[in-house]
Amino acid sequence: MDKEFAARRRRDLIIAAVLAAIAAATPLFVKDVVVQNILILTLMYAGLSQSWNILSGYCGQISLGHALYFGLGAYTTELLFTKFGVLPWFGMLAGGVVSALIAMGLGYPFFRLRGHYFVIATIVIAEIGLLLFHNWEWAGAAMGITIPIRGDSWLKFQFLRTKLPYFYFALALCCLAWFVTWWLENSKWGFWWRAVKDNPEAAESLGVDVFNSKMGAAAVSAFLVAIGGSFYAQFVSYIDPESVMGFQFSLLMALPAVLGGIGTLWGPVLGAAILIPLTELTRFKFGGSGRGVDLIVYGTLIVLISLALPRGLLSLFSRPKKTGAAR
Amino acid sequence: MTAQAIIQSLASGLLMGLLYGLIAVGLALIFGLMDVTNFAHGEFLMIAMYLSFFLFAFFAIDPLLSAPLVAAALFVFGAVIYLLIVRFAMRAKANAGMVQIFTTFGLAIVMRGLAQYFFTPDYRSIPQSWLGGKTISIAGIFLPEPQLVGALVSIAAFAGLYFFIHRTDFGRAIEATREDPGAVALVGIDKNRVFAFGWGLGAALVGLAGAIMASFFYIYPDVGASFALIAYVTVALGGFGSVFGAFAGGIIVGLVEATTALVLPPSLKSVGIYAVYLLVVFIRPRGLFGSI
Repeated sequence: MDKEFAARRRRDLIIAAVLAAIAAATPLFVKDVVVQNILILTLMYAGLSQSWNILSGYCGQISLGHALYFGLGAYTTELLFTKFGVLPWFGMLAGGVVSALIAMGLGYPFFRLRGHYFVIATIVIAEIGLLLFHNWEWAGAAMGITIPIRGDSWLKFQFLRTKLPYFYFALALCCLAWFVTWWLENSKWGFWWRAVKDNPEAAESLGVDVFNSKMGAAAVSAFLVAIGGSFYAQFVSYIDPESVMGFQFSLLMALPAVLGGIGTLWGPVLGAAILIPLTELTRFKFGGSGRGVDLIVYGTLIVLISLALPRGLLSLFSRPKKTGAAR
Repeated sequence: MTAQAIIQSLASGLLMGLLYGLIAVGLALIFGLMDVTNFAHGEFLMIAMYLSFFLFAFFAIDPLLSAPLVAAALFVFGAVIYLLIVRFAMRAKANAGMVQIFTTFGLAIVMRGLAQYFFTPDYRSIPQSWLGGKTISIAGIFLPEPQLVGALVSIAAFAGLYFFIHRTDFGRAIEATREDPGAVALVGIDKNRVFAFGWGLGAALVGLAGAIMASFFYIYPDVGASFALIAYVTVALGGFGSVFGAFAGGIIVGLVEATTALVLPPSLKSVGIYAVYLLVVFIRPRGLFGSI
């Protein structure tokens, strides 16, 4: 069994490397800017969803408020950049640290809550963040922040002529989130998380530090999501509260994992690879009319997949495991 | 700030709070009955508002008169949604909580999309209804009539619901199904019928609220979203599963919102509600009246 497990992990790593190499090569063949844009967003959401999955999938604490961390990443980076001239690279790290600290601070009261109480608390806290940024004059209030153009370089993380650097950064982010998940999955933390998800009481009685393992998951998850937020802010070069902290981000982060397979290593990647191009294409095709056809297609898909494949699309490829474990 | 102004805003808060309670009570009923949160609850409200609007626009039926019609239509709608969709979401063996959340979320997105498709994203309102824009004054306190009627309807609906659950056979069947869905099958109660009825009833209550709100609130495809969040907070504040809690929660939420608006800029008035929610669940993680 152990041998089989080790072999599977090695296989996962090889598949990931091959996929990453293929992804890295796509811009050589795909020159269309619209398509490149879709690829960038797909990679970004795959990374975000992978990060969300750490807390909500592996550890079982369903958060629908991760837009808070996304927004904090974006705002920390851009406030440091526009007000103090701090390079986005440092701002990105600062945003990650701020988000991780806030996630842990919130963890103290939040992790006592169960089920729907927890889910609603996460929605509510993100909504409070949104309202506060909406009213915070120094941070641009409802007008938001337009990121000034300071050049075209990796140093300043701004690219004017081509989208390719953004593509490679999004790919790196996606790989990082995947690798962190892969690495943690087989660590003490990974086992603790699955135990906490399956049965917190039993886990506690077996010596799992339930509270601290939730805190760990929240910190890692928030840190990575905040980096995604910083990236997004640089990529679109304009942020306002609604566009980086709106509820839709919380949902868009969760959906790929849910559709692909929640609490699995490959679920978020698979889910994002299908969902994001589909969303963008339906929006591209129908969304312009402002008549909501994209929403209808998108929503129907969510309902159908949730009902037909509660374990996500990934469950189509694997035989059901005999043990009822989280994998 | 004068005492008059404070009493005025508390009175308005109380009226709005009773309406929040009415919106939330249906959600609490469904949750208490079958442990499912309907994340499309706001969209049920939106449908009810549109229905009210079109009954007014095409047949000149005042929202006050159309309220029973809208509630009846929503009853059917809720029961059909249960039978067509939710019933299957409840059968999920894996990730049950997740499946319910995303099924009802997906449904909400579809309903919003359909509303945009058929009714366009434009804001609509009912220009001249019997109640719209009118206020009455009691001892110098001005109360808008639509909200006042809404509050009265809410109290009546809550009393009716209470009577129904505790005094009728079907109400007892609902209670019994809630206690033990497996055992009721043995005495010949069809679980699915009870659940479908529960969904219908929950939808009818939010239908009533929607019809009344149509006379004083703008109607647009996303209108449900903000009220839905308040409804979830209301229900969770009162305690999931407690119909009485939802009613009490509504009153608290209305008063807190009014008080917040006195001290903070109007755009931050919801922050007070959210803060009180967090405070309550941190002290009592099961809400004020929650038992489960």
